Amino acid sequence: MTPKDIIQLLDAHCICGEEHLQRNVRNAFAADLMSDVLRVDTSEMLLITGMANLQVIRTAEMSDIPFILFVRGKMVTPEMEALARENDMVVLTCPQSMFKVCGELYKAGLQPIY
Amino acid sequence: MEFNYNLEGGNFSRAGAASSEVKKLLKQLNVSPALIKRIVIALYEAEVNVVAHAYEGVMNVVFDNQTIRVKITDKGPGIPDIGLAMQEGYSTASPKVREMGFGAGMGLPNMKKNCDSLSIESQVGVGTTVTMITHLQ
Ligand SMILES: Nc1ncnc2c1ncn2[C@@H]1O[C@H](COP(=O)(O)OP(=O)(O)O)[C@@H](O)[C@H]1O
Ligand SMILES: [Mg+2]
Repeated sequence: MTPKDIIQLLDAHCICGEEHLQRNVRNAFAADLMSDVLRVDTSEMLLITGMANLQVIRTAEMSDIPFILFVRGKMVTPEMEALARENDMVVLTCPQSMFKVCGELYKAGLQPIY
Repeated sequence: MEFNYNLEGGNFSRAGAASSEVKKLLKQLNVSPALIKRIVIALYEAEVNVVAHAYEGVMNVVFDNQTIRVKITDKGPGIPDIGLAMQEGYSTASPKVREMGFGAGMGLPNMKKNCDSLSIESQVGVGTTVTMITHLQ
């Protein structure tokens, strides 16, 4: 699955990282708790979250997470976008709930990390 | 090489800035991405702890080709019982910290997991010093 597939599937909006929309996304992890994200060893994955603040981007930076999907129409501030761009991340947003998003992506073949 | 970064208690928008700088330095040294990730996750947890629990601090980073040694010293309330604080799930984090997605009581155990040696010294009412050493090979 690619970020482009995710955009089509969920009617998601791309905030930044347009140049990486054809990259491969194999795994995903969903969490609002950054403490949980920081305990995950997998790097090349999609983070699905309903938490929207600068520390989400920081956490992804530290964890080498290149793809982030904000659910429930969360707003990405210019500060968040700037930090995401600096780290070459793909940031997507979509209006659906966390449960719906996870269900759709799982059904479409995106793998959990464990 | 030695670097010092100031840390500001309570300021979540700055939390991670120091760890981010160290990450850039490690990349320049051609340290493997997996090892960089371990090191910066431990640093970031420590940095977030200063922001979440203390008033101000300094991150002192010393490295050569073999090891990175980071000392995070803060002025703050200190930790009365370090053994208890090290337990998974133990947290005194404020509601504000939890709203930011932290405060699960997993930071100190995660720091221990992601460095080669962790030591904590603390004096109640004065502050805390966390030292982490990791071999770069
Ligand atoms: N630098 C510090 N100054 C004061 N107390 C601290 C510091 N670091 C950790 N603590 C104490 O140890 C507890 C556990 O820390 P940690 O495992 O990182 O969990 P969390 O930060 O999620 O609460 C904190 O809730 C706090 O009581
Ligand atoms: Mg912590």
